Amino acid sequence: MYNFDVVKPARIADAVKELSDSSESQPLGGGQTLIPTLKQRLASPEKLVSLAGIDEMKGVCKGEDGSVCIGGATTHATVAAEAGDYPALAATAAHIGDPAVRNRGTIGGSLANNDPSACYPAAALASGAIIKTNAREIAADDYFQGMFTTALDEGEIITEVRFPVPEAANYQKFVQPASRFALVGVFVAKYGGGVRVAITGASNDGVFRWAEAEAALSTNFSASALDGLSLSGDDMISDLHGTGAYRAHLCAVMTKRAVTAAG
Amino acid sequence: MPKDGGIGASTKRREDVRFLTGVGNYTDDINIHGQAHVFFLRSDVAHGTLNSVDTSAAEAMDGVVRIFTGADFEAVGGMPCGWQVTDRHGEVMQEPRHPILAHQKVRHVGEPIAAVVADTLEQARDAAEAIVVDIAELPAVIDMKDAVKDGAPKVHDDLTSNLCYDWGFVEENKDAVNKAFEEAAHVTTLELVNNRLVANPMEPRVAVGEYARGTDEHTLYTTSQNPHVIRLLMGAFVLGIPEHKLRVVAPDVGGGFGTKIFHYQEEAFCTFAAKACNRPVKWTSSRTEAFMSDAHGRDHVTKIELALDADNNFTALRTDTYANMGAYLSTFAPSVPTWLHGTLMAGNYKTPLIYVNVKAVFTNTVPVDAYRGAGRPEATFQLERVVDKAARELGVDPIALRRQNFITEFPYATPVAVEYDTGDYHATMDKLESMGDFAGFAARRAESEKNGKLRGLGVNCYIEACGIAPSNLVGQLGARAGLYESATVRVNATGGLVVMTGSHSHGQGHETSFAQVVSEMIGIDANMVEIVHGDTSKVPMGMGTYGSRSIAVGGSAMVRATEKIIAKAKKIASHLLEASEADIELKDGAFSVAGTDKSVAWGDVTLAAYVPHNYPLEDIEPGLEETAFYDPANFTYPSGAYACEVEVDPDTGKVSIERFCAADDFGNIINPMIVTGQVHGGLAQGIGQALLENCAYDADGQLLSASYMDYAMPRADDLPMFQVDHEDGTPCTHNPLGVKGCGEAGAIGSPPAVVNAVVDALQSAGKDVTHVDMPLSPDRVWAAMQ
Repeated sequence: MYNFDVVKPARIADAVKELSDSSESQPLGGGQTLIPTLKQRLASPEKLVSLAGIDEMKGVCKGEDGSVCIGGATTHATVAAEAGDYPALAATAAHIGDPAVRNRGTIGGSLANNDPSACYPAAALASGAIIKTNAREIAADDYFQGMFTTALDEGEIITEVRFPVPEAANYQKFVQPASRFALVGVFVAKYGGGVRVAITGASNDGVFRWAEAEAALSTNFSASALDGLSLSGDDMISDLHGTGAYRAHLCAVMTKRAVTAAG
Repeated sequence: MPKDGGIGASTKRREDVRFLTGVGNYTDDINIHGQAHVFFLRSDVAHGTLNSVDTSAAEAMDGVVRIFTGADFEAVGGMPCGWQVTDRHGEVMQEPRHPILAHQKVRHVGEPIAAVVADTLEQARDAAEAIVVDIAELPAVIDMKDAVKDGAPKVHDDLTSNLCYDWGFVEENKDAVNKAFEEAAHVTTLELVNNRLVANPMEPRVAVGEYARGTDEHTLYTTSQNPHVIRLLMGAFVLGIPEHKLRVVAPDVGGGFGTKIFHYQEEAFCTFAAKACNRPVKWTSSRTEAFMSDAHGRDHVTKIELALDADNNFTALRTDTYANMGAYLSTFAPSVPTWLHGTLMAGNYKTPLIYVNVKAVFTNTVPVDAYRGAGRPEATFQLERVVDKAARELGVDPIALRRQNFITEFPYATPVAVEYDTGDYHATMDKLESMGDFAGFAARRAESEKNGKLRGLGVNCYIEACGIAPSNLVGQLGARAGLYESATVRVNATGGLVVMTGSHSHGQGHETSFAQVVSEMIGIDANMVEIVHGDTSKVPMGMGTYGSRSIAVGGSAMVRATEKIIAKAKKIASHLLEASEADIELKDGAFSVAGTDKSVAWGDVTLAAYVPHNYPLEDIEPGLEETAFYDPANFTYPSGAYACEVEVDPDTGKVSIERFCAADDFGNIINPMIVTGQVHGGLAQGIGQALLENCAYDADGQLLSASYMDYAMPRADDLPMFQVDHEDGTPCTHNPLGVKGCGEAGAIGSPPAVVNAVVDALQSAGKDVTHVDMPLSPDRVWAAMQ
């Protein structure tokens, strides 16, 4: 680890100010990715701006429109325990990483990092969530822009994520045996206006929606509606743990299972 | 019922109290006043010419004490190899120089190029980043079969090729074996990979070197399974330090699994640098460094053929194996695919003719050496897979085919140069059949199928050779060491004992089980016995712990030394009791005169030995301390039969282990609870190899599985509740305790059971799958089904 300064502001406005002071500063959520990266000397920020002291960014509440609203600095464990109004989301949070990760890692940190194998991007994209920052509101469809790439500007902080609550939803994660990140994770959410299917872990472009499956499921929300549908493995991640073709196959299997489990 | 604390009692491990309450003394806990820290700058390319290492900027940085490069070690020895294999043409193996720091060339990712000694570790890391290394990359050789092709890039320019040796065993049998194959009614052939593994002990390697100028004495604290071996190898062959000026201490060690047997560069460096810098020098491996500097395990590619006659009797076995040595020869690497592998190819079967060919190959990868089982898992895996395949090809029951070919008469001399002293393979298979409830398998399979899963049952046997080894025999086979064990038993005046054993405990529980043996022999409470190990300044020259040898060899030495103690104590007792020595009996910690009520307590005798006022000084010396060295007459041969039941998810290829049964014959057992723990740990590692663990390189020699993000260790939820049974074994016939050893059995016996079960499951669904290479990860199983 290289030397760096740490500040822990208590208000969003102060955090934004700290981040704009220097181009070499970086926000620190739960640190479950950033701290190991620092320990390996793969990042060298001059200053870390911890978001862990900002109470107005913590907690789960219900919005006026019925959405489940989660503060950007809310840990996975809190979401698992308190987002009961959106059971599939709470269940997703309950199975991220291990207890240490769940008690430190935050939803804002996960979405800002946008790891191509993380669980939350699939939940947010399938839910059509709104990503609220200190500066604006971003629709999930506009937010995810590829592996580790998002619509966030430098110094922009996720303050809240609003999840419209679906009629039915489920997340199915097939874990990579070593890391237990998603080798393929599929989040299916059924809304009055149609079904959304978001897949993480599989694509070289990060989380994505499976339009064909969404169309089929919007007409007939059952696993059999997906018969015959498949994705190409050509642009999918191919590594030690599975080829692109295997991941493409798993996308279909896990989508069916998610639909069945969602009921 | 065994006496509480004596032989046969499941005494709780006394050492666990300090391990579990955070007061153990591991090497990283050792911090010496004034110590400096070393950071090794390691190669990030697999193969290249080292044009220059410019340390000038780094040397000027804060806190830097001194920076060393390969040039600093030209005058000292390379890392020695402890076993010389002679090939099938009578030529000795090719043995390249293995430098402490890379010199002129780098040969694998992770090879140390420079060592920065600084006041703090962070300063050493900072300075290492300022070192300018100029490497001209060369093509890397990673695949073994590519490495031995004509024109392949050479790992070592001064060797004739990348072939370390071409070993044939038994060479004289080769023609007869070939003839038997020509005459066979059936031949089963299988090509398979024994996947490369990384041992991953919980405690990474650590070394602390210290030098006392006043007395010219060196001390090395290190995470070793065998401190005397390190003292001998490093002192005599690397640094030229006489043994009386070199102390090696391996205190509490958090797991070894073989990879802490070997003498490593970092140990020699810290010892050397402590004198050169006149400061203690400490190195603690990071997990990432461990992946690319701890010796790896396994990594064989094998073709095995089994010949059978018309009645399904095994008539001959022939194997052709490529064994990866990595870029250099680790300490015992050449012995693993040869004498620890070829000699076990008979397994539990009376196959009369066997020929084993092993080509050991240098590649641009981390050196490969012994890992839990070392050669025997590789032998067992290929043999038990080919037997299973033969049964399926012939349409016979896999258990019946095995039983038909079991060795039943002991001692049994195999055609591969070893003699099994004892065993009862039908008895262990009987036990397995009842534990495994094979009769209920069909119903369990039907239930799985109802849930959309495929269920498979896999069975296998194993035999292993433990208790290495008769020194004169292994000397003939190329070992450059003796393989006896030592013990000194020191009785204190008030009756307590200290046993200083040459065995080393790094998780096995010797401090408990060894004490149980001595307490049983004398009839005193086990708490009166202290076991000391791991310090060359305290313990007589010993060879350490590996190959499940501790109780069989180290325990035997301790028994011999204790017998000497008892014999002398009887002399003292006969004097005190004014009786004939022949009439003295020792029972429950008291000496008595046979047929009388006269007796004297153990403590009175020990006190007399050190306060010899009333003592037969004309016949015996005062004091009560004895040493024994025990050199075994033979290996020991634990054996067993294992069964695994799996469910395979046909949609994803994911395998889950539903049941695992292990019936083992370890001979006599000192502490059943500790033995069960050893079996559980071995099974976890064997199942890890079969389902999860995979050390993988890309074609350029980059390590793809260099962290736990990609290297899958078995976790508790990957494993079922194990059913194990190791009661009523056949005692070893040639050591005083009748023990065989149990440390490696689980890792040896379990991989074929898992693979046999998965193949059974896939075939139950009509899939034409005869083999899947380990690890049986979901993607591989799914691909095999397509």
